[in-house]
Amino acid sequence: MNTKLQNKIAITIIKAIAIMVVIILAFLIGRILLQGLPHISWHFLTSPSRAFTAGGGIGPQLFNSLYLLLLTLIISFPISLGAGIYLSEYAPKNGITTVIRMAIEVLSSLPSVVVGLFGFLLFVVQFKLGYSILSGAIALTFFNLPLLTRNIEESINSVSNLQREAGLALGMSKWRTVNKIILPEALPGIVTGIVLSAGRVFGEAAALIYTAGQSATNVNFSNWNPFSSTSPLNLMRPAETLAVHIWKINSEGIMPDATAVSAGASAVLIIAVLVFNLMARFLGNYLYKKMTSAETK
Amino acid sequence: MMDKIKEKIQNNSRETRQELRGRILTYCAIGLILIVVISIFLFVALKGIATFTQDKASLKTFFTGTNWNPGILGSDGKPLVGALPMIAGSFGVTILAAIIATPFAIGTALYMTEIAGKKGRNVLQSVIELLVGIPSVVYGFIGLTVVVPFVRDHFGGSGYGILAGSFILFVMILPTVTSMTVDALKAVPKHYKSASLALGATQWQTIYKVLLKAAIPGILTAIIFGMARAFGEALAVQMVIGNASLLPTSLLTPASTLTSVLTMGIGNTVMGTTANNALWSLALILLLMSLIFNILVRWIVKKGRM
Amino acid sequence: MSIEQYDLTKNYIRPLDADKHELAIETKDLQVFYGENHAFHDGNLKFERYKITSLIGASGCGKSTYLRSLNRMNDGIGRVTGQIMYRGLDINTKKINVYEVRKHIGMVFQRPNPFSKSIRENIIFALKEDGQKNKKKLDEIVEKSLRSAALWDEVKDDLDKSALALSGGQQQRLCIARAIAMAPDILLMDEPCSALDPISTLKIEETMIELKKNYTIIIVTHNMQQASRVSDYTAFFHLGHVIEFDKTRKVFTNPKIQATDDYVSGNFG
Repeated sequence: MNTKLQNKIAITIIKAIAIMVVIILAFLIGRILLQGLPHISWHFLTSPSRAFTAGGGIGPQLFNSLYLLLLTLIISFPISLGAGIYLSEYAPKNGITTVIRMAIEVLSSLPSVVVGLFGFLLFVVQFKLGYSILSGAIALTFFNLPLLTRNIEESINSVSNLQREAGLALGMSKWRTVNKIILPEALPGIVTGIVLSAGRVFGEAAALIYTAGQSATNVNFSNWNPFSSTSPLNLMRPAETLAVHIWKINSEGIMPDATAVSAGASAVLIIAVLVFNLMARFLGNYLYKKMTSAETK
Repeated sequence: MMDKIKEKIQNNSRETRQELRGRILTYCAIGLILIVVISIFLFVALKGIATFTQDKASLKTFFTGTNWNPGILGSDGKPLVGALPMIAGSFGVTILAAIIATPFAIGTALYMTEIAGKKGRNVLQSVIELLVGIPSVVYGFIGLTVVVPFVRDHFGGSGYGILAGSFILFVMILPTVTSMTVDALKAVPKHYKSASLALGATQWQTIYKVLLKAAIPGILTAIIFGMARAFGEALAVQMVIGNASLLPTSLLTPASTLTSVLTMGIGNTVMGTTANNALWSLALILLLMSLIFNILVRWIVKKGRM
Repeated sequence: MSIEQYDLTKNYIRPLDADKHELAIETKDLQVFYGENHAFHDGNLKFERYKITSLIGASGCGKSTYLRSLNRMNDGIGRVTGQIMYRGLDINTKKINVYEVRKHIGMVFQRPNPFSKSIRENIIFALKEDGQKNKKKLDEIVEKSLRSAALWDEVKDDLDKSALALSGGQQQRLCIARAIAMAPDILLMDEPCSALDPISTLKIEETMIELKKNYTIIIVTHNMQQASRVSDYTAFFHLGHVIEFDKTRKVFTNPKIQATDDYVSGNFG
């Protein structure tokens, strides 16, 4: 009887804990959305921020976040792809490979602020790129590389070895076999991984404060010449992102509506993350279904 | 005909060249990552050591001193680089967050693996994925608007401090620790459980005496991973900790962590000065701690296998 | 009876005289190691051109390991020592272009492994990679190889459908068609029928006998009826050794070695 009661209590506690975790999340999301959604308007999303007066928006920051995300993915995807292929296909089983894997693991667990500071030291100061989108994208690449590499390696490994052997036995090179046969099969996993990593990159701030900078310069959204200094596409301009903006106005913001702006911006960030999450699932499933279906292409 | 084949298999072909190109490309990619890792350590280490080699600060002061004012020379003519308040702050929030998160993570993981049906498991899986996805500045903002006032009203003080930081970090590391604990619990062989249940043990007895015991190395690894994440987290903590480089006397007084001082300070100091170098020394500690957490995890995994 | 009891050094390998029999491929002292594991010990076999040779033996006897070594599919998985003589060359050396070797020594695997592409694309994919661009020529090859694999009549109207829509037996015949589209010299088949139903198996066996006119076939099989039905020669493998090699009829009716006798009469395996 005693042990039965004990059992009942313990199970109840476990259930209560699980429910509390759900409540915590529901509270977080609910609070952010409830607080933030009322501030979101077309004007808020498109107009520039203001430093000292109320009524500023997050237009440039939103653009910067998306632009940086795009650049980061463009830089980090090919490198991760190469590294992922190396690890799954070419890495010999020896000490060097162990060291390489360890290095990637260490890189993935480095605090993002350290990665950001390194980017600051090397690119902003040493290479004199200054606070710029380019420096920011490179720092985010460092931050993104280990996760994307691991994801690509796992996706490649999950493809049946039979497919690999089929290609090789026909006299194809390993490189072509991987690129033309294995990678298309691994695509659902890779796409899911990229989209999830996009969510992480989109919300990252610590690595950007000292690389992409904390100011959103006035950009002219009608000037799309990437070499012009007022163009939004210019790689060398400092670019405060949405996440950095939230941090900044909360640490040193002096505009009267700082809380409202952060609430709105936080809601936008959360919605973006939710969208990335849903997109990852949807795209992954969609691609998977498309590939395994026996229907005509 | 005969000779043509013979010739072909002795000579290079399109495939040999493709293979060479592929190898070179992948080697370059992996090499680049290695270079990044090595340079991060090299650069941060070089900058971090300068405080002691160039500016002649003493290591002892750094680890035990409580006066952080690196721009100024102390009475012994050496810079005031007492980093103990930040070190204590970092460890404080990390350990406290881990202490709060562990029961929650284990409880949730047990619920997911042992109690919940498929539906409950899926719900919690989604919850965990969403918690991971919330950006740290958003946690910081919630910390400022919810946790700090909550701590102020219920515990006293200004609300800023180690307690508020720990609460935020607790939620931030919860998903990591939980999902790794789930993996650890799943790795326990099924027959352990069925044997225990067949002997008449209750579900809780089985969980407590068999399952958790067998999963200890995995759970420890999960906690350490969580701590590594908490130790390195910068902005969310910086926003709620109060940023006072004083040795924390209670959980409710403003304090600082290695990361918070770094994020605040780098922009306000000039490259190459003692004040700046001292900050890099803090970054070096962060780097080394991250390495130590890594080594610890490896060690536990190795031990768990034996 | 324990299968470890046989004297593994006692064997009978029928000598194939190079004057009387045109040889397609030959191995000399072939050994295979997977890490520490010595998976295959002594491969001294000769395979006659335009004949079917079966490799039989219990699971884990090394027959698949041996077969996969012949077109270097064990590269990067295990270490293969000894010589593989093909067209007067030892192809088990670093200098040899393995891709070209594999184009001339094709392989069909145990489980059907078509690419998740269309039926047509499955056949011409590797050919295009090999540099064959002529559309007309490719179409010809598709038809010819599907006919050779006895699949043409079943799929000729569905060439652009996904290969995954085919039944297991059809998929395997597609894989055979894919292998012969490369116009190889030798076709290695690793238990090609083990995952198939009896009717599909029969169809593949008919295909093999048809293919024999133009190809040398080496087939690993668990199915002794299959070995006796289709093959001209049979090699019996046991615990990583080749115990007996002879004309199929002789191996099945009058084996020289006790282990072979016990295996073919169903005492173990």
